[in-house]
Amino acid sequence: MSPFFFWTASALMLVFGAAVIINRNPVASALSLVVSFLGLAALFMSLDAFFLGIIQVLVYAGAVMVLFLFIIMLLDLRAEERRRINFVAFAGGAAVAVIFFGQLYLVIGHLHQAKLPFAPLAPMQVDDVHRIGLLLFGSYNLPFQIIGVLILVATIGVIVLSKRELH
Amino acid sequence: MNPTLFLIFTSLLKIVGIVFVVILPMVSYSVYAERRVSALIQDRLGPNRVGPAGLFQPIADAMKFILKEDFTPANVNKFYYWLAPCLAMVPALMTIAVVPFGSTLFGVPMVIADINVGVLYVFAIASLGVYGIVIAGWSSNSKYPFLGGVRSSSQMISYELSLGLAVIPIFLLVGQLRLTDIVRYQIENGWMIAPFVGHWTDGWKWLLAIPMSISFVVFTIAIFAETNRLPFDLPEAETELVGGYHTEYGSMKFALFFLGEYAAMITGSAIIVTLFLGGWHLPVPWWNHAHGFHWLLIDGSLGGWRGVIGGLFNIFVFFGKVSVLLLFFIWVRWTLPRFRYDQLMRLGWVFFFEIALVNIFLAAIIIACLPQ
Amino acid sequence: MAITVSRPKLNWSERLYLPAILGGMAITFGHLKNMLLGRTKVTMQYPEQKWDSQMPDHYRGAPALVKDEGGRVRCVACQLCEFICPPRAIRIVPGEIPLGERFAKVEKYPEKFDIDMIRCIYCGMCEEVCPEQAIFLRKDYAITGYTRAEMVHDKEKLIEIGGVMHGLVLKWNEKK
Repeated sequence: MSPFFFWTASALMLVFGAAVIINRNPVASALSLVVSFLGLAALFMSLDAFFLGIIQVLVYAGAVMVLFLFIIMLLDLRAEERRRINFVAFAGGAAVAVIFFGQLYLVIGHLHQAKLPFAPLAPMQVDDVHRIGLLLFGSYNLPFQIIGVLILVATIGVIVLSKRELH
Repeated sequence: MNPTLFLIFTSLLKIVGIVFVVILPMVSYSVYAERRVSALIQDRLGPNRVGPAGLFQPIADAMKFILKEDFTPANVNKFYYWLAPCLAMVPALMTIAVVPFGSTLFGVPMVIADINVGVLYVFAIASLGVYGIVIAGWSSNSKYPFLGGVRSSSQMISYELSLGLAVIPIFLLVGQLRLTDIVRYQIENGWMIAPFVGHWTDGWKWLLAIPMSISFVVFTIAIFAETNRLPFDLPEAETELVGGYHTEYGSMKFALFFLGEYAAMITGSAIIVTLFLGGWHLPVPWWNHAHGFHWLLIDGSLGGWRGVIGGLFNIFVFFGKVSVLLLFFIWVRWTLPRFRYDQLMRLGWVFFFEIALVNIFLAAIIIACLPQ
Repeated sequence: MAITVSRPKLNWSERLYLPAILGGMAITFGHLKNMLLGRTKVTMQYPEQKWDSQMPDHYRGAPALVKDEGGRVRCVACQLCEFICPPRAIRIVPGEIPLGERFAKVEKYPEKFDIDMIRCIYCGMCEEVCPEQAIFLRKDYAITGYTRAEMVHDKEKLIEIGGVMHGLVLKWNEKK
């Protein structure tokens, strides 16, 4: 992977990730999150994981965030823009972030693999779609099916709940 | 030449060629075709003043859009108001990147990016197209555009499901997501809507035509909904929402929405052609002494000028098929009335979703029975 | 009392919609085909083809000043049309006919006669009120111009449009 590409995509992700929490306008936050997802997808793709990258765009940027926007747009945004920053909470959040970052740095710093140069990835023509498909329906078939049932249950639950609201 | 450099150079050439030489003129002339064909359907003549038979009308329209005052209403959210037209135009053009629009020309494959997740890429980028509309509706700070944006987001989400499910039978059959492989498969085994071609005695291949036709119909209708064409043009329903999401837009910004819509129509047709109608493939009846009467496959693999002509022929065939589909889009638009919103949602969620789902099982059973 | 309109029972082919859709598309395609084959009568191509020859004599186009057979402008600047004109499109400046001429001291003549064609509503009241049969609504209907000033027809323009009118009543000419 070209380092230039990595840094560009990472910078994109980090900047827009920060924009998600800095923006006072929820619509702007949601759109920043979309751009951040696109950066993540670009990172996946630069690792030749085209399938993951595309699914990232398709599911998160294309479907989930559209629904988010859909809800946010219906809210009264002015109330959110008027809200003052709670400095105690702000400081607490910053402290958690700093501690987490330090922890991560220490752990990765002590990890043996982190000090080795990355082995070159497998040659380009890895059919990741096939690999993921075989893995999901082969080794991880049962968990996959269970997740499917779980999502089905959740879907039915949502429908039942929303129907009950009507009465 | 250095292979990387060669790849970059040919890709750039293909991008510029396909976007500026093919897609954009096609967009402006499909607007012209829309106006002329709609006029003919309604027993009128349509624009026939500028140039012979009105053929220069698109140029006049473009001049008009460029020269108009670029007005920004006072109470819009400026940044997003300016961003929205770009977001509407870009995904429509990006989608064409993975579509093989020809075989080879001078040994260069006629596809900009031949990635192994081709169709998923198309869906992913197409699903980003909704942002332009939603942001336009929201940033206009006005009621009708807002309603248009909200309608659009729910419509696109609903029809993406049927869109995705409708193509699964094809993947079951081909076993690949790469669009060039799908085209290659269709050349060898008959087009997707007619898998029995060349296997006339095989009963299972005839049966396979049923799920493939259902897929084709569902996919085409979902493309209609995705491109906001009538009978699914609820986001801009003129009679109820003034102009829908682009009510507050004028001059070139409006033109971008307009062009984006037609570009999406062209890429949608290109996807339908690639998935179901054999892509750039057109068998030509041929006769020679050695083989007698047979169907000839023309592509760019031959050497010399024959290869060049073959490659150009393939590109021509591909865009010819796309044009025929565009005419079909126009024909449908000037025939059918608009759906009501609840009908649209019912159709998407209760009808097409279920059909596509059952169709997958049907296709799976038939494919399992296919003799290898 | 609310009236319940019973919905027609649809059979399965009607409920499928597709036959109806195909029928509709066949209709539109028929229109397209007939247009392409030139079987449908279409609207006249206006600037190239005009219907002027079929225009009825009572057509109310642009008002104009006419001359009689003797080549004399019939308007005597009585200003009745100016007063009757509902949108007040007409402006007349009357003048005396010089002494040496035949009709001197008998009649006036319009020194200026302007009709603002932006205001004119083609009602024909000027024609009806004119005691001298001097102003008529002619068959000119394409009155265009790039400026407001161009849209004001002055006396020369009005006479040019009006031309010569035959068969008018010449009530006073013998006695003058």
